[in-house]
Amino acid sequence: MNILVCISNVPDTTSKINFIENDSKFDSNGIQYIINPNDEFGLTKAVWMKESNDASITVLTVGDSSAETILRKCLAIGADRAIRIDCPANDAYSVAREIESYCQSNTFDLIICGRESIDYNGGIVPGLLAGFLDYNFVTNCVSLEVNNSKVTCYREISGGTEISESDLPIIIGSQKGLVEEKDLIIPNMRGIMMARQKPLEVVEAKNISSKSIDKKFHKPQAKSEVKLVNPDELDKLIDLLENEAKVI
Amino acid sequence: MAVLVYIESENNEYKKSAYEALSYGKALADKMKVQVSGLIINSTEIESLKNYGADKIIKIDNKDLQEFSAKKYSHAIAKVIDSENSSIIILSSSANSKYLGAYLSGIIDSSYTSNVVSLPESLTPFIVKRTCFTNKAFSSTELIGDIKLIGVSSNSFGLHETHSDPIIENFQIEAIDSNQKTIKIEKETGSVTIADAEIVVSAGRGMKGPENWTMIESLAEVLGAATACSKPVSDMGWRPHSEHVGQTGKPVSSNLYIAIGISGAIQHLAGINSSKVKVVINNDPEAPFFKAADYGVVGDAFEIVPPLIEKLKTRL
Ligand SMILES: Cc1cc2nc3c(=O)[nH]c(=O)nc-3n(C[C@H](O)[C@H](O)[C@H](O)COP(=O)(O)OP(=O)(O)OC[C@H]3O[C@@H](n4cnc5c(N)ncnc54)[C@H](O)[C@@H]3O)c2cc1C
Ligand SMILES: Nc1ncnc2c1ncn2[C@@H]1O[C@H](COP(=O)(O)O)[C@@H](O)[C@H]1O
Repeated sequence: MNILVCISNVPDTTSKINFIENDSKFDSNGIQYIINPNDEFGLTKAVWMKESNDASITVLTVGDSSAETILRKCLAIGADRAIRIDCPANDAYSVAREIESYCQSNTFDLIICGRESIDYNGGIVPGLLAGFLDYNFVTNCVSLEVNNSKVTCYREISGGTEISESDLPIIIGSQKGLVEEKDLIIPNMRGIMMARQKPLEVVEAKNISSKSIDKKFHKPQAKSEVKLVNPDELDKLIDLLENEAKVI
Repeated sequence: MAVLVYIESENNEYKKSAYEALSYGKALADKMKVQVSGLIINSTEIESLKNYGADKIIKIDNKDLQEFSAKKYSHAIAKVIDSENSSIIILSSSANSKYLGAYLSGIIDSSYTSNVVSLPESLTPFIVKRTCFTNKAFSSTELIGDIKLIGVSSNSFGLHETHSDPIIENFQIEAIDSNQKTIKIEKETGSVTIADAEIVVSAGRGMKGPENWTMIESLAEVLGAATACSKPVSDMGWRPHSEHVGQTGKPVSSNLYIAIGISGAIQHLAGINSSKVKVVINNDPEAPFFKAADYGVVGDAFEIVPPLIEKLKTRL
C-alpha cells in the first residue's frame, strides 16, 4: 500500500505571533518550526500500518527549503521518502492543487493529512484535495482500519462518533485519538542516521495561483484587567456574571 | 448572483449555528443588494427560518440523502449553486459543515475561507476577517474567483432577526452514488456538546484525579453547560479526548468559559480565546490564566466549587 502523509511546517505552539512588512507577513524571526501536531498523529499511524502491512510511506510538504528540517525529522520517525514541492505555501487552494498535481503522476491508496494546521488553520487542504482527486474523505478521523481495499473510519462528530466503510483510495484528516500522545515516536540516533540515507526529492512547483490572500494581520485587543472576587463572596461572582457580563 | 446559505438540520431541527449562518447570509445579501436563499435537505421545518430573513427556501427531499454524507451533500449543493447561479455560499462552522465545505469547494473549484468572524470589510475586492494562528491573530483575507464559500465562525456574528415570507421551492435531484457508507452513529445522549454550548465548564490537572469530576459535572449541570478539560487531563485518560480543548484540541467559542484548576498555558488559551467571558478559579494567584480572564477567584477549587453550585441552585 502506498501512503502519502502531507506535512505542514508550523510555528512551535509556544511561539509569539508577530507580523512584519506593515502587518502583511508572519514574522518567522526566531521561530522554531515543528511538524503540525495533527500531521504527527497521522504519520505515527502510517508508521504503525507499515509495521503491520506492507506499506511504503511518502511524506510531502509544499514549502521553501526551510521546511526540509521537519521532512528529515519525518524520515527519522519512519517515513521512507520525502518530497518537497518547491514553492511558498500561499493558501490552501494552491497547496492542494500542487499536491493534486503530484498525486496525478504518483498514485496513493491512502492520503493522510492533519485535520487542520495550527497556523493558518483553515482545515481546508484535505477536503479540497479529496474534491480535486475525487477520493473518499473522512476528516476528524480518530480511528482507521484498512483491510485489503476496504477502509473503516471513525469520525468524531458533535457528541459522538460516526463509523463509515468505504473502498480505497481515501483521504483522511487525522487528529489525536488516531494514535495517542504517548504513542508519538521520538526519533532515536539510529533513525536519525538512517534518515540521512533516505531520499528527499525537490519537485518543481506548478505555481498555481491562489484563491485567497492574507492582506493584513491583526492581533486581538489587549485584555482589560481581571476582576477578582473573594472566595467567600461567591454571590458577587454570580451577580457579575448575571448583571454585568449577562452570560448566565 | 445571489447569496445561498446551507442551513444544516438534524432530525428536522436547526442548531443555533444554522440560524447564525442564515443571519450572516441575510446581512451580507443586504449589503450586496441581492437576494438570499436558504437550502435545506430533508427538513420540513420552515416556520423558524422566517425569523431570519430568507427570500427563498430551497428544499431538497431525497431518501438517498437521509444520512449526512460530505460527498453526497456537496454534490447536491453544487447542483443548487449551479442552478441558482449563486456567487456566495455561506456555511456554519459545525463539524459537518466544515467537513463538507472544503470538499464542496474542491468540486466546484471555488475559493473558500473558514473561521470568518464578521461581514466583509470590502466587497470589491472581497475581503473578510477570519481568525488564524489558532485565535492568536486575525487576518483580513481577500477571496478571489466568481464563487466564494464562507464558513462563519460560531458565536461571532450572532443571531439577527428579520421577518420574511420566503418562497418555498422544491429542488429535485438525483444523489450521486458512493462506495462510502455510514454504518453506525454512536451518540452520547443528554450531555451538552462543546460545539453547541453557550457555557463551558472546564477543569485541569488541579483537580488531582478523575474521581473529583463529579463536582465539575454538577456545576455544568446547574448551568446547562458542557464539560471540557485541559490536554494533560485527556492524555492521562481522566477525561475523554473529545473534551480536550486548546490549540491541539477543540476550539471553544462559548459565551462563558469557566476554567477550574487550569494554569492557562499558551496552547490552552489559544483554543478558548474566542470565548466571550472567561472565569478562572485557581489557588495560585500567579497562574497565567488570570491575565486572560475577565473574572477570577484565587483559592482552592475544592472549597469554592461546592458552595458555588449550592448558590447557583438557589439563584438560577
Ligand atoms: C505541542 C503542544 C500542544 C499543546 N496543546 C494543548 C492544548 O491544546 N490544550 C491544553 O490544554 N494544553 C496543551 N498543551 C499543554 C500545555 O502546555 C499545558 O501543559 C497544559 O495546558 C497544562 O494543563 P493544566 O493547566 O491542566 O495543568 P497544570 O499546568 O499542571 O496546572 C494546574 C493548575 O491547577 C492549579 N491548582 C492546583 N490545585 C488546585 C486547587 N486545589 N484549586 C484550584 N487550582 C488548583 C495550579 O495552580 C495550576 O495552575 C500543549 C503542549 C504542547 C507542547
Ligand atoms: N504546505 C503544506 N504542505 C503539505 N501539506 C499541507 C500544507 N499545508 C497544509 N497541509 C496539510 O493539510 C492539513 C490541513 O491544513 P489547513 O487546511 O492549512 O488547516 C495539514 O494538517 C497538512 O496535512
